[in-house]
Amino acid sequence: MFDNLSDKFQRIFKNLRGQGKLTEENIREALREVRMALLEADVHYKVAKDFVTGIAERAVGQEVMTSLTPGQQVIKIVNEALTDLMGGQSEPLRLIGKPPVCLLMVGLQGSGKTTTTAKLARKLVQEHRKPCLVPADVYRPAAIEQLVTLAGQINLPVYPSTVRQKPEEIAREAQGYAREHNCDTLIVDTAGRLHIDTELMGELGRLKEILQPAEILLVADAMTGQDAVQVASAFHETLGLSGVILTKLDGDARGGAALSIRAVTRCPIKFIGLGEKLDALEVFHPDRMSSRILGM
Amino acid sequence: LGRKKIDMDLLDELEEVLITSDLGVRTTQLLLEKVADKIKRQELKDPQKLRDQLREEITRILSVESSAWDPRSARPFVIMIIGVNGVGKTTTIGKLAHQFKSEGLKVMLVAADTFRAAAVEQLSLWGERVNVPVVKQKSGSDPSAVAFDAMDAAVSRGMDIVLLDTAGRMHTKVNLMEELKKVQRVVNRKDPSAPHEILLVLDASTGQNALSQARLFKEEIGVTGLILTKLDGTAKGGIIVAISDELQLPVRYIGIGESLDDLRPFDPEEFTRALF
Ligand SMILES: Nc1nc2c(ncn2[C@@H]2O[C@H](COP(=O)(O)OP(=O)(O)OP(=O)(O)O)[C@@H](O)[C@H]2O)c(=O)[nH]1
Ligand SMILES: Nc1nc2c(ncn2[C@@H]2O[C@H](COP(=O)(O)OP(=O)(O)OP(=O)(O)O)[C@@H](O)[C@H]2O)c(=O)[nH]1
Ligand SMILES: [K+]
Ligand SMILES: [Mg+2]
Ligand SMILES: [Mg+2]
Repeated sequence: MFDNLSDKFQRIFKNLRGQGKLTEENIREALREVRMALLEADVHYKVAKDFVTGIAERAVGQEVMTSLTPGQQVIKIVNEALTDLMGGQSEPLRLIGKPPVCLLMVGLQGSGKTTTTAKLARKLVQEHRKPCLVPADVYRPAAIEQLVTLAGQINLPVYPSTVRQKPEEIAREAQGYAREHNCDTLIVDTAGRLHIDTELMGELGRLKEILQPAEILLVADAMTGQDAVQVASAFHETLGLSGVILTKLDGDARGGAALSIRAVTRCPIKFIGLGEKLDALEVFHPDRMSSRILGM
Repeated sequence: LGRKKIDMDLLDELEEVLITSDLGVRTTQLLLEKVADKIKRQELKDPQKLRDQLREEITRILSVESSAWDPRSARPFVIMIIGVNGVGKTTTIGKLAHQFKSEGLKVMLVAADTFRAAAVEQLSLWGERVNVPVVKQKSGSDPSAVAFDAMDAAVSRGMDIVLLDTAGRMHTKVNLMEELKKVQRVVNRKDPSAPHEILLVLDASTGQNALSQARLFKEEIGVTGLILTKLDGTAKGGIIVAISDELQLPVRYIGIGESLDDLRPFDPEEFTRALF
C-alpha cells in the first residue's frame, strides 16, 4: 500500500541529521505531504490550507532536538497543533439548569441522531441520571417507533409522541411528562434536515426557544466530505451549537470532518459513535483523532 | 472562474473547486495534469476552453459503459439494495417501487433488514404509501430466511420486480458482509440468474470513504450499479468520479429528496455541470 506519513517524512529529512535548524525548504516539502494527508482524510480545503500555513510558521527555525529525528519532530509539531485545534482534551456534557435539563439532537438525514439519542440516555443512566426520551421526528416513516424500540431495549420512559402532533407541541408537553415521571433529563430526537431547508431550520429554532436546552448537539457522520463545513456552520449560525457527536467511526473513514467542523464552529466534539449497538459511544479524544486523520 | 487568461491562479482555483466537490486529491491531480500538458504546449489558451475540456473529461469518466438497465428482462427481476448505515437505502426502495409501479409493473418489497430498530415498520410504511406488498418477518429473524420466503412469494404472486432492502453495514465488518453474501446465495439458489442487479447506495455528502465502500462491496458482493442520494443538499458527490474511474460502476439513479418522486436517472453531463 501507500507509505504512511512517517515513512514519507523519513525520506524527506534523510539528509538532515540531528543537528542544525529546520529550514523553510525541507519544512515546505514535509508540509506538502501533511496537506495531502489532510485532504485525503476529507479535511476541508481551506481548513487544511490554514492549518499548514500555521504549522510552517511554528516549525521554521526550530532547533532540531537531538532526541528526535527531524521527521519525527515535524510530526510531533503537526500532531500537537492538530490536537490543540480539536480542543486539546475531551469535554463532558454540561447538564446545568433547572430540571428537566434538555439535550436537543440535530443534524442531517441519516447521521445517527436517533441511535445516538438512545446511546446518550444509556450513558446518563450509568451516571445515575433519569433520562426521558422524546421523539420529535414526525416526518420520517417509523421514526417514533425506532426510538420507542431503542428505549425499550434499555427500559427508559419515552414521551408518547404521535405523527399527528407538531414537534413544537411535543416539545412543550414532554417537559411536563418528564416531571410527572420523575425524570431529570430530556433527550429530544429531531428529524434529519438539510441545513439549507429554511422551513425546517426555523422549526429547530422554535424547539430551542421552547426547550431552552442545556446542550444542542450536532450529530455528524464521520464519513462526511468537504460539505461538513457548510453543514456545521449553517447549524451553528441558526442554533448556536454547544457540542458535536461524530458517528460511524467504526468503519475505515479517516474522519477529517472532525477537524473541519471544529474549525468552523469552535464547538467541542464530545462523543464518538463506534457502532450500531447502544453501548458503542465513547468520549472523544482529540489526540487519537489527530493520529487517525493523519493516517498514523 | 471568469478569468481572461490561464495562469497558476486559475489552476489553483480549479484545484479548489474540484477538491471541495469531493473529487479527491488523486483524481483532481490527474485531471489537472491532463490540461496542464496542453497549456504547456500552448494548445489551450482560453480559460473557457479549459473549463470545457475539464468538463468533457469528467463526463467521459462518468459515462461508464455497462449492460443496459432492463427490469423487464427477467420475471421476477430481483434488485438487491446495499450500503453503509443511513445512506438512504430504504427510502430509495420506496422511490424505485413508486417508479416501477407507475410503469405498470407489479412490485414487491422485501424487509431483509431485520436488525435496525423499526426498519421493518419503515419499509412497511413505504409499502403502504406506494401500495405494494411487503414480505416481512419479525425483527431479529434471519435475513436470508426472509429472502428465501420472498422469492417463493414473488413467483407464486406473479411479481415483475422484487426490491430487497438490507440492513446498513460497514463495508469493513467481515461478519456482516458474510451475512449479505448469504442473502445473495439464497436468492441465487432460487433463481440462478438472480439477483439481477445489486445496487450500492452512496450518500452524496460522503467524502473519500465512498471509494473504500465501493471497492469492498464490489469485491465482496459484486455490485452492478450505484445510486447517489441526497444531491438536494450542497454536497456535490464528486467522489463518484474517482469511483467510476477506478471501478467502472454505472450510476443508475440519483436521489434528490425524501419524497416518492425524488428519484432521477443519472445524467453525467448534468452532474458535471453542477460541479463548476
Ligand atoms: N456503524 C455505525 N452505524 C451507526 C452509528 N450510529 C448510527 N448508526 C446507524 O446509522 C443509521 C442511521 O442512524 P439513525 O439513528 O437512524 O440516524 P438519524 O440521524 O436518526 O436518521 P434520520 O432520522 O433519518 O435523519 C442506522 O442504521 C444506525 O444503526 C455508528 O456509530 N456506527
Ligand atoms: N435530503 C435527502 N434525504 C434523503 C434522501 N434519501 C434518503 N434520505 C433521508 O435519509 C435518511 C436515511 O434514509 P434511509 O432510507 O432510512 O437510509 P438507510 O440506508 O435505509 O438506513 P439504514 O437502514 O439505517 O442503514 C432518512 O431521513 C431519509 O428520509 C435524499 O435523496 N435526499
Ligand atoms: K450520512
Ligand atoms: Mg432519526
Ligand atoms: Mg434502511
